[in-house]
Amino acid sequence: MKIKTAALIFYFVLIAIPIYWMLNMSLRSNADILSTFALYPENLTFKNYIKVFTDPTWYSGYINAMIYVSLNTIISLAFALPAAYAFSRYKFLGDGQMFFWLLTNRMAPPAVFLLPYFQLYSTFGLIDTHIAVALAHCLFNVPLAVWILEGFMSGIPKEIDETAFIDGYSFPRFFFTLFLPLIRAGVGVTAFFCFMFSWVELLFARTLTVTAAKPIVATMTRTISATGLDWGLLAANGILTIVPGALVIWFVRNHLAKGFALGRV
Amino acid sequence: MEKWEDNRAWFLVLPVFVIVAFSAIIPLMTVVNYSLQDIFGPGNAVFVGTEWYKEMLTDKRLHDALARQFLFSGLVLLIEIPLGILIALAMPKKGWGVSASLVILAIPLLIPWNVIGTIWIIFTRPDIGLFGVGINSLNLLDVPFDHTARPSYAWITLMAMEVWHWTPLVALLCYAGLRAIPEAYYQAAKIDGASKWAVFLYIQLPKMRGVLTIAVLLRWMDSFLIYAEPFALTGGGPGNSTTFLSIYLVKLATGQFDLGPAAAFSLIYFLIVLLFSFIFYQALLNVGKGEKAS
Repeated sequence: MKIKTAALIFYFVLIAIPIYWMLNMSLRSNADILSTFALYPENLTFKNYIKVFTDPTWYSGYINAMIYVSLNTIISLAFALPAAYAFSRYKFLGDGQMFFWLLTNRMAPPAVFLLPYFQLYSTFGLIDTHIAVALAHCLFNVPLAVWILEGFMSGIPKEIDETAFIDGYSFPRFFFTLFLPLIRAGVGVTAFFCFMFSWVELLFARTLTVTAAKPIVATMTRTISATGLDWGLLAANGILTIVPGALVIWFVRNHLAKGFALGRV
Repeated sequence: MEKWEDNRAWFLVLPVFVIVAFSAIIPLMTVVNYSLQDIFGPGNAVFVGTEWYKEMLTDKRLHDALARQFLFSGLVLLIEIPLGILIALAMPKKGWGVSASLVILAIPLLIPWNVIGTIWIIFTRPDIGLFGVGINSLNLLDVPFDHTARPSYAWITLMAMEVWHWTPLVALLCYAGLRAIPEAYYQAAKIDGASKWAVFLYIQLPKMRGVLTIAVLLRWMDSFLIYAEPFALTGGGPGNSTTFLSIYLVKLATGQFDLGPAAAFSLIYFLIVLLFSFIFYQALLNVGKGEKAS
């Protein structure tokens, strides 16, 4: 028992060390990083963080990302909820094929869609808008949302629906006042996953934005390729991109394990 | 659960169908279009039939990238699945340790993928990285460690990063599977005097079959599509040693603007992925059936 716990703690330390190292870098100036090797910041400075919060080219990246991630989460949930209900309750023509086709989009290589997306969104004049990235991320988030929600909905006995309809509930009233509260954990977990996959994605977010909607992940890769790299600033940005995720985890921690099994355990 | 038979359910699925069609079918048609033409400029294209497909299917760089991809995805499964199971078995079952473990495990999963690359660059660089400086100060290697210096070093860094990043997902899935086992099973095993190994082999492992299938499926597919992490870490180098399928495709499509070959490559890539999806989906369905039967 003791060995097990010790091994687990050792593993958690291994997870933490690379993140700690970035935190260490973010609290030192670039000159300090390049001249001396130190295990902890000896000349502690918050200069990098101050720069991120005062320079619009940096902080606008966080705002842009937040906007399209929220948009994507709302769109994904709104579209996936009725479809998931249909898949969990009804047998209809081509249901199995439809479900598989949805899943293949979760598995599709984003690189394949890169070129046509640029063309498609140019045609509609959507390049460099938040909605373009939000829609592009629907490619993998809507199927995922349907998959997770279907798992949670199938856990609710169908007799509840039948009783409600006998009692004279209309479908919308039943769905919003009775059914949604029953699966609110599932909705929360789904929102968490949509947030997560939209937040971490790079390829579409980088391709579909230029300046006005450019997210922080794209800003960071462009800095990497430029010369005269500022490691401290890069590290500070890296640390800040972890914060939203860490906050969201805290809210869903009790449902996390079930959610990662896509509600199908 | 018996389902109602009603084709009107299609109305509920229609919105999803429309939005996914907009983001999947229309673009895919464009790719098909590209793959059959030689495009010189706007409005100036020649139909070339299957020429690009022939070119890509005999392209040595594509074969190399595919071989690298299989090696990478295979290694990912070999390391992450057993490690994930071990971590899940070691995790606490009640108390504050559960929440703490879950939150720590989930953190790597919520870091943007290119930031994962940045973290590992900073961690392994021979001038500023803890790992790079640490291993070089031991003087064990004939060539100083630098992930851009040698293919083997790039691969080690990449695998370490991948295992660090995604093993938590496997562990979380397995943990969810373990929590779903009723306490009565363990009590029965205890009465029978079963060893820990027997409990694992005959109770825990069979009960984890469903989540393990999902874990294998997700890890295989996602590692097969990997782009951002190696792009940020090595950019596909040194040479082409870490150029996986997605990286090669993006290089071809946006770097050299070879639209025809890139489109043909896209469709071949997509078909390979589709084939795997189908196999895994069938496996998943069978797992569901097996559980209901028992």
